[in-house]
Amino acid sequence: MKMFSEAEARALLEKVIKLSVADEVNATLGGNTAGNVRFALNNVSTSGIVENTQLGVQVAFGKRTGVATINQFDDASLERVVRAAEALAKLAPENDEAMPELGPQKYAVAPTYAQATADITPEYRAQVAADSITPCKSDGLVAAGFLSDSAGFQAFANSKGNFGYQKVTDVNYTCTVRTDDGKGSGWTSRNVEDVRQFDAKSQVQVAIAKAKGSRDAKALEPGKYTVILEPAAAAGLISFMMFGFDARQADEGRSFLSKKGGGNKLGEQVFDPKVTIIADPFSTQAPAFPWDNENVPRTRHPIIENGVVKHLEYSRYWAQKQGKPMVAGVGNLLMAGGTKSTAELIKGTQKGILVTRTWYIRLVDPQTVLLTGLTRDGTFYIENGEIKYAIKNFRFNESPVIMLNNIEELGKPERIAGDESNYTMMIPPMKLRDFTFTSLSDAV
Amino acid sequence: MDRRDFMQYTGFGLAGLMLPGFGKAVAAETMVSTMDVGAKKAIADTALGAARDAGASYCDVRIGRYLNQFVVTREDKVQNVVNTESLGVGVRVIANGTWGFSATSDLSSASVAAAARRAVAIAKANSKAQTAPVVLAPTPGLGEVAWKTPIVKNAMAIPIKDKADLLLSVNAAAINAGANFVNSTLFLVNEQKYFASTDGSYIDQDVHRIWAPLQVTAIDKASGKFRSRAGLSSPMGMGYEYLDGLASEKHRSPNGVINYAYSYDMVEDAREAAKHAKEKLAAPSVKPGKYDLVLEPSHMWLTIHESVGHPTELDRVLGYEANYAGTSFATLDKRDNKFQYGSDKVTIVADKVQKGSLGAVGYDDEGVKTKKWDIIKDGVLVNYQAIRDQVHIIGQNESHGCCYADSWSSVQFQRMANISLQPGKEAMDVEKMVSGVEDGIYIVGAGSFSIDQQRYNAQFGGQLFYEIKNGKLGKMLEDVAYQMRTPEFWNACAGVCDQRDYRIGGSFFDGKGQPGQVSAVSHGSSTARFNGINVINTARSLG
Repeated sequence: MKMFSEAEARALLEKVIKLSVADEVNATLGGNTAGNVRFALNNVSTSGIVENTQLGVQVAFGKRTGVATINQFDDASLERVVRAAEALAKLAPENDEAMPELGPQKYAVAPTYAQATADITPEYRAQVAADSITPCKSDGLVAAGFLSDSAGFQAFANSKGNFGYQKVTDVNYTCTVRTDDGKGSGWTSRNVEDVRQFDAKSQVQVAIAKAKGSRDAKALEPGKYTVILEPAAAAGLISFMMFGFDARQADEGRSFLSKKGGGNKLGEQVFDPKVTIIADPFSTQAPAFPWDNENVPRTRHPIIENGVVKHLEYSRYWAQKQGKPMVAGVGNLLMAGGTKSTAELIKGTQKGILVTRTWYIRLVDPQTVLLTGLTRDGTFYIENGEIKYAIKNFRFNESPVIMLNNIEELGKPERIAGDESNYTMMIPPMKLRDFTFTSLSDAV
Repeated sequence: MDRRDFMQYTGFGLAGLMLPGFGKAVAAETMVSTMDVGAKKAIADTALGAARDAGASYCDVRIGRYLNQFVVTREDKVQNVVNTESLGVGVRVIANGTWGFSATSDLSSASVAAAARRAVAIAKANSKAQTAPVVLAPTPGLGEVAWKTPIVKNAMAIPIKDKADLLLSVNAAAINAGANFVNSTLFLVNEQKYFASTDGSYIDQDVHRIWAPLQVTAIDKASGKFRSRAGLSSPMGMGYEYLDGLASEKHRSPNGVINYAYSYDMVEDAREAAKHAKEKLAAPSVKPGKYDLVLEPSHMWLTIHESVGHPTELDRVLGYEANYAGTSFATLDKRDNKFQYGSDKVTIVADKVQKGSLGAVGYDDEGVKTKKWDIIKDGVLVNYQAIRDQVHIIGQNESHGCCYADSWSSVQFQRMANISLQPGKEAMDVEKMVSGVEDGIYIVGAGSFSIDQQRYNAQFGGQLFYEIKNGKLGKMLEDVAYQMRTPEFWNACAGVCDQRDYRIGGSFFDGKGQPGQVSAVSHGSSTARFNGINVINTARSLG
């Protein structure tokens, strides 16, 4: 992949815009090099590198829009992609919700790029696999994991003079360690921009300890329990809830943030006052892209403040229709917490259950954001401030809205990547009362 | 538009289903063309030769042209019309007994040969850490052969205007029937795949799929309650003829719910969905407890997919998916010990040739002619789903032919075949089945789903729930979900309706692997009865 500098990207995008005869044009250019190594049964199973650069052109004739993309950049290809987008726009029905292009905006640079990650080599990936496998092999354990890393850039320009450029890197590591008798399983994950903040050798020890500690789990009766959710266990429930923050869905009466009789709950106390979640693309701990998918500049702002809903996601069209200011869609979730570690939260717990990971979370009822899912890879019974023994996994049926009204205490937030979420997140470990487990699972 | 945007646009409950990379958007006229077979053979021979010269003991080449079209609407608006195309070559080799893979979108001889050499270099590099060489089950060289999904109407050739008009009439039908909101979409897929290998096969395939999902929402403003009903169609391995709405393909439940087999009346279903969504607003909440469940094929497919399809994939059984999708309770010793997976009413087959299904192809993505085989016979676990480099582990010497890659740039691996419950052998229709149930629930359509990483504990919702009392279908219920332990659930199967009731459902975007890949797969069944299943009430109050 050719890593376009800001000047090179701007030159190419402006050339494309000049080629079009449409009323408006928006061109995007993005590319990355993504490497990975996958291992299972204490062996490397696959590894690869994929390079890709793509140019996308969106044009508008009045309220008719068309999109075409291409991955070649000679003059003939640029001409072809512009004409293809124009042809599609002419075929498309009018969409009266289509919005005009934005004029020039200011985009500050977010700390999403680290050169050390861009410099990762195949040898480094192989070493991560070896560092994960070696301590397992010699200890009666079986490792399966995946490291993926990418480095690239994203740029866009439009016919009204707006332009943005941002470089981005990402490292994502997950590893599952199982005992060779299949009776214990542990998991660990790490997600960072800068690979220097990641160390496979120490990270895998987390999964090893959980695998060994989760052997010979005892069965507890399903029911309501005080739980401590590690950040990785809580992240999947909290990020899922964000589906309900769409302003249009709320205004239309089909979200948990819809109000009886019409309107939405913006400004209302919906959660425990301990809940504060902000968005901030410029966070050094969990940054996000400085613009959203409509190129609106992202800023730092509260989403939930002391339990009060402070932000809903307005598309440009819906904000205009409702007479609301244009605010960008959220790219990260930074949840406030306290200072205690998970271990310290356990120390202060008389009786409870430690959940280290949640899995296969699905929406049961959008009205209440009731979610179901399971615990996985290490669930433990706590008594008198100590982990007493491993317990069998549970299925839960719980709403994050109810859960975030049942907070006993929040610990120190940690960087987490959700299994199935696009947000970068800082999530604290959380001690919650009356968390609902509905059945037992035999799965290890 | 990326995957997340798509989900935001449509508002469908697609969470958990993965969307593929859509490739580049293209103009309409390119959507009905195909590449010249001679040109593809020349490209393939270049790669095979380069791989051999670089020291590969085996090589396969996939030249893929992947076309997608989707039309997205809500109420009276067409929100998006997108054509995409992705073209490239993937080369897989064995060198030093180890797999290597490389892909390129540049179809020039130099680039294809370089990709082949790169694949060999990766294989050789990885072979240093390899503990056991790849064992590849033999498969005969087939020469030059071809296969095409037996479509009647190529959906890509239907004008965009006709598709937009259809969806807008669907939406209008729902609104006129009292819905507050409706989303409807058309997904059309054409995979033009050319496969060649050093075994001497040159296989040209033209695969078509169609999906027409809709979702209708009704709102009671005063109470703040809202309820949705999704369409009862299935994604199919068919052309645009699936949307003809033939009366002969309609299956009417004893209480009037209309289900569809190989032809879908989308306008009718939207109208019915609006009525159902409104009815749901006032339906009573279920009393939790044990019930006999009568499950319609439009519901059964997802339960089969999660609790039989996934646990019998051999790579999961062996541990290759341990870090992501998980492993399986259906371990090899269970097959050896004739594990009673279900009752004697339960026979489940894997099938890669079933007409109209999503998984049907002539040959899989490693050149193996497809077939049908038993997974569970009269309740007993008898086999798994395995590909060329796996079957030796279960003592077999012929691949099952269920290898698939979702793109030219993805490496092919074991994917789920169509996994289907066989119809009952005795004459039985839904009315007769219901007549034998004292206290039960009849469930139509797929809803919420979740299952653990070894496929023991699952929970399923649905679209429509009806009380069964003393052999009669009664009132609609709400807030129903059932929880199960897989072997106990299948052993509680008390009967399966006969062939007349058999239909297929399926998943258009089933996710697996790291990096993730999607595949499309169908699951057939007739309506089936399961005794004494635990039903929970999912209603909650936010205060």
